[in-house]
Amino acid sequence: MSTLDYSTKIGSKRFSNPIFTASGCASSGQELSQFFPLTELGAIVTKSIMTKARTGRMTPRMAETPSGMLNSIGLQGPGIDAFLENDIPWLVEQKAKIIVSIAGETVDEYGVLSRRFRAVPGISAVEVNISCPNVENRGQVFACHPDTSIAVIEAVRRNIGGELPIIAKLSPDVTDIVSIAQAVINAGVDGLALINTLLGMVIDTNSMRPKLAGKTGGLSGPAIRPVAVRAIYQVHQAFPNTPIVGMGGVASGRDALELILAGASAISIGTASFGNPNAAMQVKSQLSELLIERGFNDFRDAIGFAHRGV
Amino acid sequence: MIPHQINKASVQILAEVISNKKFGPYHHMVFAVGEMAASVKPGNFVAISVGGEQSSLVLRRAFAIYRAIDKSPMGGSIELVVAPHGQGSSWLCSRSVGDFVDLIGPLGTSFGIPTTNANAMLIGGGYGSAPLFALAESLKNRGCRVDMVLGASTANKIFAPLEGKRTVSSLTLTTDDGTAGIHGQISEAIPRLIREFGTEVIYSCGPMGMLSAIAKIAKEFDIAHQCSVEESMACGIGVCMTCVVPIKSEDSIKMVRTCIDGPVMDGSEIIWDRKEVSDVMGL
Repeated sequence: MSTLDYSTKIGSKRFSNPIFTASGCASSGQELSQFFPLTELGAIVTKSIMTKARTGRMTPRMAETPSGMLNSIGLQGPGIDAFLENDIPWLVEQKAKIIVSIAGETVDEYGVLSRRFRAVPGISAVEVNISCPNVENRGQVFACHPDTSIAVIEAVRRNIGGELPIIAKLSPDVTDIVSIAQAVINAGVDGLALINTLLGMVIDTNSMRPKLAGKTGGLSGPAIRPVAVRAIYQVHQAFPNTPIVGMGGVASGRDALELILAGASAISIGTASFGNPNAAMQVKSQLSELLIERGFNDFRDAIGFAHRGV
Repeated sequence: MIPHQINKASVQILAEVISNKKFGPYHHMVFAVGEMAASVKPGNFVAISVGGEQSSLVLRRAFAIYRAIDKSPMGGSIELVVAPHGQGSSWLCSRSVGDFVDLIGPLGTSFGIPTTNANAMLIGGGYGSAPLFALAESLKNRGCRVDMVLGASTANKIFAPLEGKRTVSSLTLTTDDGTAGIHGQISEAIPRLIREFGTEVIYSCGPMGMLSAIAKIAKEFDIAHQCSVEESMACGIGVCMTCVVPIKSEDSIKMVRTCIDGPVMDGSEIIWDRKEVSDVMGL
C-alpha cells in the first residue's frame, strides 16, 4: 500500500490536505459540519466578510443552467462584528483551519477589514475577494483592472502585517488574467484564488424578463471548469512559484486532479456542495486514490504536471 | 448568539422508491428511509438529487413531506406528492419501484401546534395541501377543531386523498374555474369561513401569492398565521443563500433562509410586498 503526503502550502502556511471549501459556498461552516467534521478539510474558506451587515439582493437569486447555476446573492452577510463574535470562535472551537474571505466596496474598506483581522488568532490566511460579480457597478470589480487590484492588495498588505498569507481572488472575466495576476503578485500577494464566477444572464421566455432580480449573476458549476483549467494553466505557466487555490466546477477527484495538473496547489469545492454536502469529502478521497494510482507519493509533485515537457 | 443550524435530525441517505403511483396530475411516491422517518415533523421537507450521476442538473430539488410512517412492514418511510412540471421533478416521477435516490432530510422548520385546543383552519393551494394532512392529524390529537380549505385552478389539481378527508372537521373546496366547490380564488372564500368556524389559528401552504393574500386576511382578523413558504432553493442545507425571504427586523429588513428559518414561518413577520422591500433596501 503506497502512502501519500497529502499536505500543501500557501505562503508560510501548511495545510494537511489540499481540499478547501469555496467562499460563499459553505457559509461559515456550521451547516456542512452536520455532514462531516470540518477538521477533515484542508481549510474552510468563509463567505466574504464586509465591514457592515449586508442584506444582499432581492429574489429570485438563483437560476439553474446546463451543468451549472447563476447566483445573485450580493454578498449577504453578518458584517465583521457579528462574524468575529460568533463565527470565528465557533470555527476555532471546531479546530477548523480557517481562511477568511474579505470583500469591500472601497479600497479603504479592505484596509479596515485587514486591520481588524490581523490580531485575530486562529486564522491561517486571508482571501481578498476583488472579483465578486454581484455588485451594483462593474467599477467595483477591482480585479478587472491591474491598477485597482494593486490598490486593494497594497491596502491589505499595509494593514494586515505579520505572517498571514494573502490570497487574491481573481475574475476570469478579463482580457488577460496573467496581467492581473502579475499586478497582484508584484503588490505582494502570497497566493491566488482562481476563478471567481463568470458574469452571466438568463431570460425567462415565459415572463420574457430576466430571471434574476439582480438581472445578472455569477455562473458556476461544471459548465465553467474548462475556463478555470485555462486560467490556472496560463497563470501557473507565467508564475510557477505562486500557489494557486483552484476552483471552478470541481465535483469529483478527477476534476480536482485536472486543476492540479494545470497548476493548482489546492482545490476549493463550491457549487458541488449545494448538490451534495459531502462533495468535498468525496473529492478528497477520490483525488488521493487517483494520485496514488498515478504513482505520486507527494501531492505537491502533481502541481502543474501538465506543463512538463510541453 | 448561537449560529443558526440546519435541522439537527437531518441525514443524507440513499432511499429506495417503494411505491410510485399517479394521483390525478401528481405522483404519490413512497421512499424507504429507515430511522429518519421517526424524526419527521409536519412541515419538514427533503432535498433530493435529480437526473442521475451524469446529469447536467446540478442542484437538489426540495419537496414537502406529505407523511412519514416510522413503523411499517418495510421500516420507516416518507411520502411525497410530486408535480412533474420541471426537468428535475419529471425525472423523479419517472423513477421505478426499486430505484434509489440521494435524499437529505428532514429539513427545515415544522408547524407549531397550539398548547390548548384551538379552532384551526388549514389552507392548501394545489399540491401545497400535502403537508397539511399530517398536521391535521397532530391538531386533531391535540383536541383542535380542524377546518380544511383546499383550492386550485381546476378540480383535478386539488390534492385531497380520502384518508386525509377523514381527519378533518370540515372540508371546503374552491376552484378558479368553478369545476369543484366554491367558484373563485381560495383567498376570496376565507373571510367568510373564518367567521363561520370561529377560526383562531391559520396554517397555510401553497404558492406565494396565495400565502400573501392569507397573511393579509389573518392580519385583518388578528389571528395567528403559520405558512409554509416556497422560494427557489439551490441546496436546501443553508449554504447557498438563494432561498431567502425578507422579514421585519427592528427598523430594517433581514433576509432569512427558508431552508433553515423556514419553510414554516410566522406569516406576520414576512414582508410580502416586494416594493416595500426594494424601497427599504434602496434597490
